[in-house]
Amino acid sequence: MIAASGPGTAVVEIPSGSRVPQVASEAQLRTVLAGLSGVDAVGVAARAAKLATRSLKRETKRRALDLAIAMVDLTTLEGADTPGHVAALCAKARRPDAEDPTCPPVAALCVYPDLVATARAHLAGSAVRVASVATAFPAGRASLPVKLADVAEARAAGADEIDMVIDRGAFLSGRLGQVFEEIVAVKEACGPAALKVILETGELGTYDNVRRASWLAMLAGADFIKTSTGKVAVSATPPVALVMLEAVRDFAESTGQVVGVKLAGGIRSAKEALRYLVLASETAGSTWLEPGTLRFGASSLLTDLLLQRRSQRTGAYARREHVSVE
Amino acid sequence: MSSEPGGQGLASTGRVSRLGDLDYAPAPESAAIVSIADAYGLYIDGHFTDPERHESFATLNPATAAPLARVARASAADVDAAVQAARRALPAWSALPGAERAKYLFRISRIIQERQRELAVLETLDNGKPIRETRDVDIPLAAGHFFYYAGWADKLAFAGFGPDPRPRGVAGQIIPWNFPLLMAAWKLAPALAAGNTCVLKPAETTPLSALALADILEQAELPAGVVNIVTGDGATGADLVDHPGIDKLAFTGSTEVGRQIQRRLAARGLPLTLELGGKGANIVFDDAPLDEAIEGIIDGIFFNQGHVCCAGSRLLVHEGVADEVLRRLRRRVDQLRVGDPLDKNTDVGAINSAAQLARIGELVAAGEAEGATRYTSACPLPAAGYWFAPTVFTDVAPAHRIAREEIFGPVLAVMTFRTPEEAVAKANDTTYGLACGVWSEKGSRTLWVAQRLRAGVVWANAYNRFDPASPFGGVRESGFGREGGRHGLEAYLDV
Amino acid sequence: MSERLDVRKTYKLVIGGAFVRSESGRAYAVAGADGTFLANAARASRKDVRDAVRAAQGAQPAWVAHSALLRGQVLYRLAEMAEARAAELGDHVAQAEGLDEAAARASVARGVDRLVWYAGWADKVGQVLGGANDVAGPYFNFSVPVPVGVVGVIAPADSSFEGLIDALVAPLVTGNAVVVLASQRRPVPAVLLGEMSATADLPAGLVNVLTGHLDELGPVLAAHEAVDGLDLTGASDPAALAALAADSLTRVLHAGPPATPEGGLRRLRAFVDTTTVWHTVGA
Repeated sequence: MIAASGPGTAVVEIPSGSRVPQVASEAQLRTVLAGLSGVDAVGVAARAAKLATRSLKRETKRRALDLAIAMVDLTTLEGADTPGHVAALCAKARRPDAEDPTCPPVAALCVYPDLVATARAHLAGSAVRVASVATAFPAGRASLPVKLADVAEARAAGADEIDMVIDRGAFLSGRLGQVFEEIVAVKEACGPAALKVILETGELGTYDNVRRASWLAMLAGADFIKTSTGKVAVSATPPVALVMLEAVRDFAESTGQVVGVKLAGGIRSAKEALRYLVLASETAGSTWLEPGTLRFGASSLLTDLLLQRRSQRTGAYARREHVSVE
Repeated sequence: MSSEPGGQGLASTGRVSRLGDLDYAPAPESAAIVSIADAYGLYIDGHFTDPERHESFATLNPATAAPLARVARASAADVDAAVQAARRALPAWSALPGAERAKYLFRISRIIQERQRELAVLETLDNGKPIRETRDVDIPLAAGHFFYYAGWADKLAFAGFGPDPRPRGVAGQIIPWNFPLLMAAWKLAPALAAGNTCVLKPAETTPLSALALADILEQAELPAGVVNIVTGDGATGADLVDHPGIDKLAFTGSTEVGRQIQRRLAARGLPLTLELGGKGANIVFDDAPLDEAIEGIIDGIFFNQGHVCCAGSRLLVHEGVADEVLRRLRRRVDQLRVGDPLDKNTDVGAINSAAQLARIGELVAAGEAEGATRYTSACPLPAAGYWFAPTVFTDVAPAHRIAREEIFGPVLAVMTFRTPEEAVAKANDTTYGLACGVWSEKGSRTLWVAQRLRAGVVWANAYNRFDPASPFGGVRESGFGREGGRHGLEAYLDV
Repeated sequence: MSERLDVRKTYKLVIGGAFVRSESGRAYAVAGADGTFLANAARASRKDVRDAVRAAQGAQPAWVAHSALLRGQVLYRLAEMAEARAAELGDHVAQAEGLDEAAARASVARGVDRLVWYAGWADKVGQVLGGANDVAGPYFNFSVPVPVGVVGVIAPADSSFEGLIDALVAPLVTGNAVVVLASQRRPVPAVLLGEMSATADLPAGLVNVLTGHLDELGPVLAAHEAVDGLDLTGASDPAALAALAADSLTRVLHAGPPATPEGGLRRLRAFVDTTTVWHTVGA
């Protein structure tokens, strides 16, 4: 934890045995982040566009679709969410394709803290995990105690995973120690629950910031770094995903710690999801190609994945009504 | 924090097999879209004609070494007929209002776009380059060049070469095998826009897309004789160079042949454009955007199997990041997918010919013999056809042959530097001067370096980018004259 | 009562900013248009060509490192000096070309005016020959004219000053260094211009003037691999020299009109290449 207040004096305790760089002060954190290689915006977009031309056919495509389904954090984060709606999504999460038991379940159901208990109850006995957004989602504009209370409530209700948001205002105004401190505190509050840190890349402005925020979150203990809340205009994009995948790859190389990536917001088609799988595979490597290290935060994406999966098996374009509506 | 993938039981129990290590199933583009004739004649005066001596040669698919078609070998008499046809067509074509010439070029551009899939497959079959490149680079750029120069045809007076620039006359144009259709477009489009008529000589190993272009010119109803296409080998090219009826010669190819051509034409004072070899340096500073720089290095040397005159065949990397760059580079080289050029996921295709493969092999052997350390991708290579796995040499000394000679293959020579001055000095330590890359996040230094590099093209935080509006060409022994942009008109105007 | 014996000047070579006799120790007699003896001039050797090219190579980077504005001012300074010595130049042009005094002075005046015109070009060629290129991608792309390096000039055989200005100054304007083989029959104005350039703030070695036998010097200059451009305006056998130049892909100008509003900019373009720089545009 950052013990002392004020820039340049904070001290962080890192669990022993880790090769994660010791971040002893905000000044040191700043130095570490400033030492990261810059990102050329044109080059990263060009690389992402080139990888988008990969063509997945036959068995590769079938496996990729199953993998993508298994990576979905099926998400509902609406003001109109109800226990009934969440219950219906739980059924979908456990068995996405009612007509095909070979279809894998999704990775998790992602809800607001007040619906965690409902989800927990309806997912009992399944492998599907319960994820909850917390820390004053989506803006993150609350005091640290309020954020921690939010986390505690979700944990108490049975959440396996916590999706927190960083304080983008603090990050953009250079209060990196504060952002770091909040993540460390939330991580502690998570206990055994996995922590996904939402960078809200659409508000960070530059790829350089995406890279720095990724490293900051990983240094502070994130289990996943996540692109977006889905609540701002720009969510996950292939170049942003590329930068984050490079970050987890490089972090694993330098620390031995494998951090996952969650791509969220605006991913609606199976085609997009498969492109992200290609990005992950060719950037971070096949190690990341499983639900433990790669997730899609989405709602309507699952429908298209299921339709495409069905088409792959029947050889014909699928009727929309083969996929249930929740 | 999870200590390994799936740590803390994060993976769902319905465990799904991994996608695998880029284990893409074959995704071949269909070759059925293109129909290749058994034999092709010469395109002279608006007709396909048999060569005078009825000689022909086979053009091969370098990915299989199987013949694709037989192509006519033009004799001196055939070249003469082509030049005569171009001469006859010149008065009417050059007198045509620029706006009318423009419309023909716009038509050609459109037809290339409409037939882009067919042309991409044809080019890949005849050349061996990956379909991704013909589809995304060669063919769109070829169409783009015709579109760009179409717009100049009625604006020549504004190009900065005087109020009433005239065409040179009959242009002889000899193109190489590495970008067959694109090089034809680079040559023909500015020449036609400026009111010249042309005799084009495609490369011996890659004539098919130029012959398809003849069909496109027919479709566009270009007047007979405005463009004539004579296939053949070096002797046919020499006949074109020596023909007294040409008013201009443009050549893209090796420095050695360029030298011979300049010598042969010295007495005539004929306007000459030479786009020759290179030994481009990709300079990576310690503040480079490293991930993008790695991609730039890869693009620089493995794009088109390294069959690129402006290839970044020398990597100059700052000592402070050399280990990091090389580690990342090897990882990336290992990822390159070498194989069936028609597969949409292929990154590196076939070497264009047995002769070129032998040349690459010879220089690589020299690199090893001279003491450089070789790293070659362990990727599997197809049994038939001509293939060379991506290769990186380290411990290269500036005096090594692999640091000085153009290899024209997927072989990179890595050297290090300590200061910007040293980087510039090493980059300029070549008789060539075609292209260089500079990778740095510091704009002032990038421009400082760019000012001092003796090269016709400098890419900053990029490599191997091409555009119809951007002049391309070399300094020193990489040749002279520019193709592309406003500058590219000068070669075809009597200024 | 005897007339005063005139003090005759032997015209030396201008190499690397110094006035030197030929390393060969040879000289040759220069006659006026009427055949009378005018002066002795150094008869340069192969080695003098080598030295001159080496001097030019050394001076060119300093010249191109000047701002274009400063290059223009230095060339204007050269024009000032030529103007100040117009009478002397006129006498020599009259003797060399057989013109009457008025015609010679007029020719010198035109040469000086042309020099002033060229001086004004120095900071404009970049704009006129270069520019931004609108490529279809996120790149700022611009082209700049760059000097080829060292230009060998076979000076016009007849127009000993006025014609020389075009051949000599056009390459300088675009940032090149020059090795001039002066007109064999009419070398004196070229040597005088060389002397002036050596004292007009041009980097030492930027302008080198060799006098001597062209059939001996021309092939050496043309074949020299470090000569990047060759102006054959005054060559009696341009084809042979052009063939020699081809071995190192030298840019060759087979004579041409002066760079004037009427003549176009061919001379200015003859010894520049174009460097095109692409830079990514992204935040």
